[in-house]
Amino acid sequence: MGLFDKLKKGLAKTTQLLKTDVRDIFKSEGRLVDDELLDELLELLVKTDMGIQSAQQVVSRVRTERRGRVVQMDDILADFKEELRSLLAQPEEPIRFAASGPTVIMVAGVNGTGKTTSIAKLAHMFTAEGKKVVLGAADTFRAAAVNQLTIWAERLGVEIVTGEAGSDPASVAHRAVATALEQGADVCIVDTAGRLQTQQNLMKELTKIHRVIRNQIPEAPHEALLVLDATTGQNGISQASHFTEAIDCTGIVLAKLDGTAKGGVVVAIRQTVGLPVKYIGLGEKPEDLALFVPDEFVEALFEEVA
Amino acid sequence: MFDSLQENLSSAFRSLAGRGKLTEANMREGLEQVQTALLEADVSFKVVREFMQRITEQAVGERVLKSLKPNEMVMGIVHQELIRLMGETDSELNLHSGLNILMLCGLQGSGKTTTCAKLARLLKKRSVKPMLAAADLQRPAAIEQLRVLGEQIGVPVYTDFDSKDPVKVCRAAVTEAKSKDVDVLILDTAGRLAIDQELMTELSNIDKQVEPDQVYLVVDGMTGQDAVNSAQGFNDALELNGVIMTKLDGDARGGAILSVREVTGVPVKFIGTGEKIDELDDFSPERMAGRILGQGDIVGLFKKAQEEFDQEEAVRAEERLRKGEFTLDDFRKQMSQVTKLGPMQKVMGMLGLDGGMQEMLDGVDTEKDMRRMFGIIDSMTPEEKRNPKQAIDQSRRRRIAEGAGVAPSEVKGLIEQYDTLASVMKQMSGMGMRDRMRMARQMQTDAMANPAGQLAKKKQGTGKRLSPKEKARLKKQRAKERRRAKRK
Ligand SMILES: Nc1nc2c(ncn2[C@@H]2O[C@H](COP(=O)(O)OP(=O)(O)OP(=O)(O)O)[C@@H](O)[C@H]2O)c(=O)[nH]1
Ligand SMILES: Nc1nc2c(ncn2[C@@H]2O[C@H](COP(=O)(O)OP(=O)(O)OP(=O)(O)O)[C@@H](O)[C@H]2O)c(=O)[nH]1
Ligand SMILES: [Mg+2]
Ligand SMILES: [Mg+2]
Repeated sequence: MGLFDKLKKGLAKTTQLLKTDVRDIFKSEGRLVDDELLDELLELLVKTDMGIQSAQQVVSRVRTERRGRVVQMDDILADFKEELRSLLAQPEEPIRFAASGPTVIMVAGVNGTGKTTSIAKLAHMFTAEGKKVVLGAADTFRAAAVNQLTIWAERLGVEIVTGEAGSDPASVAHRAVATALEQGADVCIVDTAGRLQTQQNLMKELTKIHRVIRNQIPEAPHEALLVLDATTGQNGISQASHFTEAIDCTGIVLAKLDGTAKGGVVVAIRQTVGLPVKYIGLGEKPEDLALFVPDEFVEALFEEVA
Repeated sequence: MFDSLQENLSSAFRSLAGRGKLTEANMREGLEQVQTALLEADVSFKVVREFMQRITEQAVGERVLKSLKPNEMVMGIVHQELIRLMGETDSELNLHSGLNILMLCGLQGSGKTTTCAKLARLLKKRSVKPMLAAADLQRPAAIEQLRVLGEQIGVPVYTDFDSKDPVKVCRAAVTEAKSKDVDVLILDTAGRLAIDQELMTELSNIDKQVEPDQVYLVVDGMTGQDAVNSAQGFNDALELNGVIMTKLDGDARGGAILSVREVTGVPVKFIGTGEKIDELDDFSPERMAGRILGQGDIVGLFKKAQEEFDQEEAVRAEERLRKGEFTLDDFRKQMSQVTKLGPMQKVMGMLGLDGGMQEMLDGVDTEKDMRRMFGIIDSMTPEEKRNPKQAIDQSRRRRIAEGAGVAPSEVKGLIEQYDTLASVMKQMSGMGMRDRMRMARQMQTDAMANPAGQLAKKKQGTGKRLSPKEKARLKKQRAKERRRAKRK
């Protein structure tokens, strides 16, 4: 299955929902753009979790440009797509690989978003590309977090560096990077414990891990990925801004997009924090990872309507 | 005829500033603020829309309390309505003798395993014997995670590292729990999407075959608009008894709780406020409402203004009483305020006695009773209202009853209620704080001992009207109880 198909499958439920909604709103004979229509439009947008502000921007654009006119759904959709595409534009290269030596990827996020699982997925993707991977189990806090990543390492056949429960996570990260350097690995992925962005001590701990890695390799970590749960609402914005402050995030992995949640908060995040989405998670298995492609994302959302 | 009533009303409104009433126009700003606040807090769009309509209808015509701007007044009303929507506080696990089974379910990563351990610790602290069962055979190291947590709190964990069948694991855990005289067995299930047919069927199979006494849905406090969809899925597949919202130690506003309440109708049992095993709190609707609204300052202002208003009212009522001016009109006002949790309630509350009062009013269709009562009072002459005991003889009673469309005995009952309250208030007005408390406590004991007696008649049988949703839930509940009874 190609990535595009996979993405579409993941979004099938979402599209289904949007499809009916959109069809209701924009009957083929066209509808007058009035308050009622604009409110329905607002509902449609808010339901994606893109946030009231982003939603209002889109709605106000339709209002100023088309108020009082009878609209065809294609026209309105073109507006949507254009708006969303320009908002979600992201860098060409999902992962910035090191020119030489190991590429270090640090993974962080709030509790239970899917960090450890996303690391397994990334490791699977890299090994499939023939790259040698080392994992660093720097979540020394949560019960059995190390066991969890260890099981994944065994299943995927990759190297893992662990530490004692309760030991300093930065030292585990340090040893993981050192191991990657020693063994000439291509990629080193460091797992971190989930933490809420408001916990200052824990955010400082994260900054320290980042700094320790940077001290080993000046350009590292080459990627600092924020794993965001697609079911997350507006709190995602606060997550993105605080984690970016702490470890200078380079992108988002949007996990759990295989459910009914739409993950639209990434739109608001792109607007306010500027952080792009790089990958999306579409299940609990190692192969359930797909590249985030804005055009496809937007296209898949409105696919059958347009 | 309405002279004295009008006088009382106008004195009550003297404390209101010249701002008058809430209108659609002067509420607009406040309402827009509220809508944005709720949506930013992740309350589902549909819930917000319905809420806004209801609030607008409710608030139009409300008098703006002294010192408040209309939008602040709106915010205050909204805050109160949010508290109401959030439901009663209910942190009871409703345990019975013998083995109780609790099951936790929810989306991936919502906090089920951690919350299982938190509940077990709470039970252990209450000298109840808990046991945990690791029924998540899906996620790597899920069993190990629960085992480690159990070890940390000294609670046994049933594990089967080889099994692939969670139903079997749960049944084996039940057998083990029974043999060990465990009071509460807590099942940790695997996280799953509500649209995952296979896994949802598995979950309802556990539900059917193990028949847990309580099933709780664990919801991440950061959840957005999707909360309605997932809650709907779990509610359809299972008989939920409660909700636990986790990760509220951060800055998430937690508006999803309203969406989940709307869909499931079940109470919020606890909230998770941290990763550590002791970070499980009782749910406070009031704090949650403030959090969702995110307008702490305005809500505070509103409460202060209302307290001032209530106090002024209470003081006025007392003054009239002391002068022997406590008439049926005052009684009428007091009663209507009791139902709004007004001064009487407040006075009781200040004495630390409101719990019983609340209970007594519970189940009484107060609105209907009030209307009847007001009808009776309004059919009286001013003289009858001032001095009902003396002035109202049998023929007058019949006339009043006819005027109000009630039975003469009801007129009599009302006058007796008034008499009780008036004499209580008269006694109280001459008392110091401590005596008042003693007296009120006595009254409360009396009322509890004789719930059908004076002051608050508890109607038998009728009770509150139930919504179809509540009825459906009760039906589910009864079916569950029947099945459970069979098990024992
Ligand atoms: N459906 C679905 N489930 C996912 C996805 N990614 C992760 N999960 C599940 O989400 C749950 C949490 O995933 P983890 O990888 O343990 O999350 P984490 O962020 O490492 O959690 P902590 O380390 O405890 O903060 C697990 O049950 C995963 O199987 C996804 O893309 N789709
Ligand atoms: N900050 C905070 N973290 C919590 C809370 N409850 C749970 N967590 C964390 O959330 C993450 C996921 O918790 P789990 O208990 O593993 O969640 P789960 O629902 O069992 O996950 P799955 O079994 O994978 O579906 C862990 O990192 C927990 O430590 C809470 O109230 N506050
Ligand atoms: Mg993890
Ligand atoms: Mg779990």
